[in-house]
Amino acid sequence: MTDTTSLFPKYAKSRPFVARHPSVLIFLVCLALFTLGVTILSEGFGIGVISTSFIKTLGKTLCLCLVALAMDLVWGYTGILSLGHMAFFGIGGYAIGMWLMYARTEIIVVQSLAAAPLPPTPQEISDGIATQIFGVVGASEFPPIWAFAHSLPLQLAAVVLVPGLLALVFGWLAFRSRVTGVYLSILTQAMTLALSLYLFQNDSGLRGNNGLSGLQNLPGLDAVPQDTVSMWFLWASAAALGLGYVFAAWTVSGKFGSVLRAIRDNEARVRFLGYSVEAYKLFIFTVTAIIAAIAGALYYPQAGIINPAEIAPIASIYLAVWVAIGGRGRLYGAVIGAAFVSLLSTWFTGGQAPDINLGVYTVQWVDWWTILLGLSFVAVTLFAPKGIGGILDLLEQRRSPDRHGADLGPDAGALREKEADT
Amino acid sequence: MSVFRRFCTALLSALLILVALPLAAQTADAPIQRLLQDHAEIIAKSSRRTIGPAIDALGASDLAQAQTVLEKWQAKEMWFNKDTGLFVYAEEIDRKTIRAFDFDDGSEIGEFDDKGFKQLKPNSGIRGLIGAALVQFQLKNPDPTVRAAALDSIERDADATHLLALRAVRDGETDAALAMRIDRLERLLTIRFADTDAERIAAITSFEGDLGVDVRAALNPLVATVVDAAAALPEDADVLRTVTPGTDLLPAAQAYEILVAGGLAPPRISRADQKAALIDNIQGTTVAGIEVASLDAQDARDLAYAALVRQGAVEEAATDADVARALEAHVFFERLVGGAPPVALAAQAVLDGIEAKVAVNQSIDLGLDALSLASIYFLAAIGLAITFGVMGVINMAHGEFIMMGAYTGYVVQLFVPDYTLSILLAIPLAFAVTFGAGVAMERLVIRRLYHRPLETLLATFGISIALQQLAKNIFGTQARPLTAPGWLDGSLVFNDIVSISYIRIAIFVLALLFLALFLIVMNRTRLGLEVRAVTQNPRMAASMGINPDRINMLTFGFGSGIAGIAGVAIGLYAKVTSEMGADYIVQSFMTVVVGGVGNIWGTLLGVTMVGTLQKGIEWLNPSNTLAAQTYMILFIILFIQFRPRGIIALKGRAVEA
Repeated sequence: MTDTTSLFPKYAKSRPFVARHPSVLIFLVCLALFTLGVTILSEGFGIGVISTSFIKTLGKTLCLCLVALAMDLVWGYTGILSLGHMAFFGIGGYAIGMWLMYARTEIIVVQSLAAAPLPPTPQEISDGIATQIFGVVGASEFPPIWAFAHSLPLQLAAVVLVPGLLALVFGWLAFRSRVTGVYLSILTQAMTLALSLYLFQNDSGLRGNNGLSGLQNLPGLDAVPQDTVSMWFLWASAAALGLGYVFAAWTVSGKFGSVLRAIRDNEARVRFLGYSVEAYKLFIFTVTAIIAAIAGALYYPQAGIINPAEIAPIASIYLAVWVAIGGRGRLYGAVIGAAFVSLLSTWFTGGQAPDINLGVYTVQWVDWWTILLGLSFVAVTLFAPKGIGGILDLLEQRRSPDRHGADLGPDAGALREKEADT
Repeated sequence: MSVFRRFCTALLSALLILVALPLAAQTADAPIQRLLQDHAEIIAKSSRRTIGPAIDALGASDLAQAQTVLEKWQAKEMWFNKDTGLFVYAEEIDRKTIRAFDFDDGSEIGEFDDKGFKQLKPNSGIRGLIGAALVQFQLKNPDPTVRAAALDSIERDADATHLLALRAVRDGETDAALAMRIDRLERLLTIRFADTDAERIAAITSFEGDLGVDVRAALNPLVATVVDAAAALPEDADVLRTVTPGTDLLPAAQAYEILVAGGLAPPRISRADQKAALIDNIQGTTVAGIEVASLDAQDARDLAYAALVRQGAVEEAATDADVARALEAHVFFERLVGGAPPVALAAQAVLDGIEAKVAVNQSIDLGLDALSLASIYFLAAIGLAITFGVMGVINMAHGEFIMMGAYTGYVVQLFVPDYTLSILLAIPLAFAVTFGAGVAMERLVIRRLYHRPLETLLATFGISIALQQLAKNIFGTQARPLTAPGWLDGSLVFNDIVSISYIRIAIFVLALLFLALFLIVMNRTRLGLEVRAVTQNPRMAASMGINPDRINMLTFGFGSGIAGIAGVAIGLYAKVTSEMGADYIVQSFMTVVVGGVGNIWGTLLGVTMVGTLQKGIEWLNPSNTLAAQTYMILFIILFIQFRPRGIIALKGRAVEA
């Protein structure tokens, strides 16, 4: 693998995709080995070294890696710092959660009505489900947005379509009026805030701040123990991450990827070259929103509960933190960052990290982890813009392109010429 | 020993009775005592239902002692002699002995064993009646505060007797303010209790255009209506208008219920009742010959019920067609039930006029609310207008500077208990603290990231997260109070609808002061000149001898310091929590962007627009402030589509600078 591959695309085309991008193969092998290892160590299918709750944590982490991958595409490669992708993630979770909750409540209601002297009418079943689900917010009728909740295929379509359409409309409005850079970030943050505030209302139709719960129970599969279900989800998450990685690697390679990076580095120049910058940005914004939603749809059945707080702007900021710490502008960087920071975060906030006794004051990590995270984020931005991924460069003895003292542009963490190889 | 004590007690009581008898006999002829004796039976019985005549007689009598009787009675200090039946008032000396006084002249009668007397203990209902009767005496009291208190008690709980009492003192009142209150109260009570309609209508029309809540409370019951139904529209005077069933005013189901309640139509059967009836008639596996298992749809259940009706097992219930026919055959109309029709119509006319005036005043009040919300947003945004608007630095930790200012105020109040002094101390201290924090942040972080706005955004996010958590670790998660000085309590009240709290006025004034400060500093001082020079062209400014690094540092510190002062003001208005800054940060950025970056007048317009809009949406949907915020943010997102550079856009080269 030499620099000539990306400098001479025609030459590059003659070689297979995987050969041009060995990192994809390495990543897939690592992911497969990880999944195999976890399966062997799991309670459901193996020797039972890893607890079911930790399997769930690992499965959730894989989903977070997938959404981080999406964030890397849209931010690391295209330069759009979206603070709304965790909202798309949440919408995906809500969409699948509606079906899970509806179908499971339906089973319970039908069971309880089966003992009645008269067989229940469809209306009675529907009323029973609605009372069960919405009693907590003082309603007993289905809001219109639950119209498709009875059908798994329709809700699965909603997982893709709702965030996709939202991203399409929002992106079209924003990119059309040339809102860029920090303004776009603030705008996406406002969108996220609006969405979470809306969902916090009791009459939003999604149970207000109670959110949707009991999502870990798959309807009709009560007999299957959770340690088996958790492994299914782990496999599904790993498969989604693998597919997502291949898709992302394919997207950022070749001409399309070059245009994306060019937009990031100098949008005006790309526009002058005749490219429809808005179309590229809209495409990548929408596609990553859909990837984020799919990740969310896999995440929340493992988490078991979703509420509007998960959509709040801070979640999207943390997503940016993961990608930045992992190293943006390289796909494995996003994955490493998300896995590293979220697992560390679980460890620290789960109360497992030992407290540090300073004599006068005991540092309790539950309280101090967030501060450490915030400050390390500042430090990474200031001193290691390439993130953890930068360490690999040191190993490979690569050097950043030498621009003779010129500023590295809007995105100093990017490698430009070389990153297409990764 | 005990024998001796019993003997003494007996001796003493015998003595006392001997002494008491002649004295009691003396007072039996006094007019007040005669009055009491006339009603002795019901007074002693002390029942709320029968006590009325006794209290009325006392209230109506001209005797000066009547007031004393009522007061003592109310205070449970009236006793009556079991032997003579005469009433006295008394104080208890110890558990067994009382000192009795004569009602007639207040003279002491002597000390008695309480076995010979019975204390009257009126219950709270009777005490209320006594209180009402006492009011007329209080209204004549020479002390104006007593008279005002009497008016207060009438306002709380009026009855018909008060009307006469008020009329009796109306012309004699010397205190102008009290005279006005008496006059107003007399007219209000006239509306409620007067005998003739003419009197009531006159009183009603006298309130035309009055915004008082009490007036509306008095008029509203008069115009109350109920919906009634009949085969033909009656000619009665109390019929206000017809209503059509099936409209918002009268849904069809409700209209039919009126018919059922009036006995004009047979009742419908609810689905639950229908189900219960079907269950009652299950025979084996069938209901009226229909398999139970097939009754899993509403149509099937209707058929089964109809079959039961044919069998005579259940009552016939109205079908949808019956309901439609019944609704068709009847006229629905509103009937006035609050009062005689002319009175009600007069009240309605006056109320309509008042409503129109109320609407005008409500919009003024809404305008004041919007203005005060706008000034709060302005306080939150003005620091940003400097750091983001002038310098172009995205500081996501700006909200945390607001929070730091508020917590500084809280800490100052912990040490300085005097609220006025502590706020005066807190303002410069908050400025100092956040100025220092701002300068430190500029030197350590932002300086390294100039011209990389996305990185600045990320780094300041990190600082924001850390500062928020730090505040949580130090001060805990619960809200901390920042108490305003006493002279900021209360509201400036224009009338019953329009009012504004002094604290909001103070925030408005503070916002104006900040605006003036900003304009003076930027346009009239050397610092402002240098800031503008550095913003426009740092290299050129540097070659003119300005140190851009120093200017940037000072400007950033200045903007942060103002955020600290804003934090004190916002903390007075809302509670101090670690998240209070985060609540404002998105809106603040939005207002700066909406107004037009780099222009303070644009920010001013932006906050006015956002404040007005939010209050407007809240007014349309009062129960839901979350929805108001949601729609406002959506509106701003859309607004930016059409004016991406804000209301007041910079033009020319400055745009890309």
